[in-house]
Amino acid sequence: MKAVVFMCLLLPLFGVAQVKKSSKKATTPTGNGLQQSVSKGKVVYAAYCLSCHQADGSGVPNLNPPLVQNNWVLGPKNVLIEQVLNGSRGKVEIDGETFHNTMPPMAHLTDQQIADVITYVRNSFGNKASRVAPAEVKALRAKTK
Amino acid sequence: MKLLLSLAFAATFSIVATAQVSKEPVITLPAGFGSNVVAKNLGRARHLTVNGNGDIYIKLERLKEGSGIIRLSDKNGDGRVDDTTGFGTYIGTGIAIKNGFLYASSNSEVYRYKFNGNVLDTASRETIVTGLVDRRQHASKSITLDNAGNLYVNIGAPSNVCQEKDRATGEPGQDPCPLLETTGGIWQFKTDKQNQSYADGVRYATGLRNVVGLDWNTSTNTLFAMQHGRDGLQDYKIFPDSVAVELPAEVMVEVTKAGDNFGWPYCFYNQFEGKNVLNPEYGGDGKSVGRCADVKAPVVAFPGHLAPNALLFYTGSQFPEKYRNGAFVAFHGSWNRAPLNQQGFFVAFVPFKNGKPSGKWEVFANGFAGNENITSPRQAVYRPCGLAQGPDGSLYVSDDVKGNVWKISYSTK
Repeated sequence: MKAVVFMCLLLPLFGVAQVKKSSKKATTPTGNGLQQSVSKGKVVYAAYCLSCHQADGSGVPNLNPPLVQNNWVLGPKNVLIEQVLNGSRGKVEIDGETFHNTMPPMAHLTDQQIADVITYVRNSFGNKASRVAPAEVKALRAKTK
Repeated sequence: MKLLLSLAFAATFSIVATAQVSKEPVITLPAGFGSNVVAKNLGRARHLTVNGNGDIYIKLERLKEGSGIIRLSDKNGDGRVDDTTGFGTYIGTGIAIKNGFLYASSNSEVYRYKFNGNVLDTASRETIVTGLVDRRQHASKSITLDNAGNLYVNIGAPSNVCQEKDRATGEPGQDPCPLLETTGGIWQFKTDKQNQSYADGVRYATGLRNVVGLDWNTSTNTLFAMQHGRDGLQDYKIFPDSVAVELPAEVMVEVTKAGDNFGWPYCFYNQFEGKNVLNPEYGGDGKSVGRCADVKAPVVAFPGHLAPNALLFYTGSQFPEKYRNGAFVAFHGSWNRAPLNQQGFFVAFVPFKNGKPSGKWEVFANGFAGNENITSPRQAVYRPCGLAQGPDGSLYVSDDVKGNVWKISYSTK
């Protein structure tokens, strides 16, 4: 149990460290591309995510997880892409808090919309992480079909 | 090393938290009423109950130093809590005292403990009800008791509107909804029989998505309950946002006979139309009635999504005449009213006469959130969750953000 708690505490730090490292690589698009994706993603967020995850990304205690500086958001991009594509029925635990509401699959959104909204979340609410490209969503969508 | 990392992590989060914390909230009340904080920082304090000697028992949704129930006592009689003890190693919401027993629930069981005089024998724990559905969503089991040896337990549906893909906008609802067999209602059990489950109980009320606040009204001798209405109706764009966020009404229902049906998941109560109407997952357009014509109407309709977490009929004589036999409702506050602000972090009052509401509901105690402009519930400093009446007729309110307990009293001085 102690080990689990410790891992939970450690993971976000690990996630941040990893993300910083990867964002230095030249694979990420230019600042302009990022800004464009963030502003398009904001519109998608308001339409499909905000009602549960809230305007400030802080979620709802006990029900809907926050999108603020945790490993789900800042860690490996695939985790978040899969979450958006497939939704979630399981218990989510962040920093000792558990969240119990279902998240419906959002696979009806386009690859571009999913890439934009994840990029928006990873660069809002105090988060700073690399952008997600539509091709990354497309690849995972093909795999999970 | 371990400690350092934990500290660094805690520090990161406390920065975020500090930015959102408002100054200490001031609880506002009608003229003549005053409040004082009798306990602080108990953690996830859900429902509470007060014994005849003034001892306060509080059920926790997260263990505090290994305990799921906290007892607060005033041993030296100076009006302040000077003794805090804990017992019960399970989390949960429901707690009530009746005829010399303390009843408390986990998310799947109801237990009871015997009082010897005013001393609770914590080793006397019996399991009264067991094996109730706990699928995390709407898992809390609130309880109340009548005067005829019956216990009432809400079993919330682990669902929003009984869709196969829960919460997927546009996905039709299952028809019939299989969840109604074991959830989505209030079950009646005997108080003095151990290890009862569904086969031993009576489905006393059905078609209630999730109930957290319920109370046996001893003047009407009937069960009243507050439903948490469905989420996400606004996603269907049937109504303008300003109307959509008010729907469905958070309703107070009265169960007058075993088996009463209040319509979930097929129907919701549209307070602007004054009737139960079909949910869009069952072919509704926000106005059409269809099969909902047979559904029992509520007795009070509150604005949408306010999350009523406690109901208490006031039987004391300390408060003025207006409050006697009326209903107090603790609202936890909303999260599903975007793009408008979140609302309802207050305790409301509904006057009753001859067992029926006799006037419009009003806000009784307010200010718990510490801020009028809440856009996300995490910004609320406190959120009302439980209500109890003390032996002197004072009203107690619990909060499950930090774990405060307030005592509200009336004085003509």
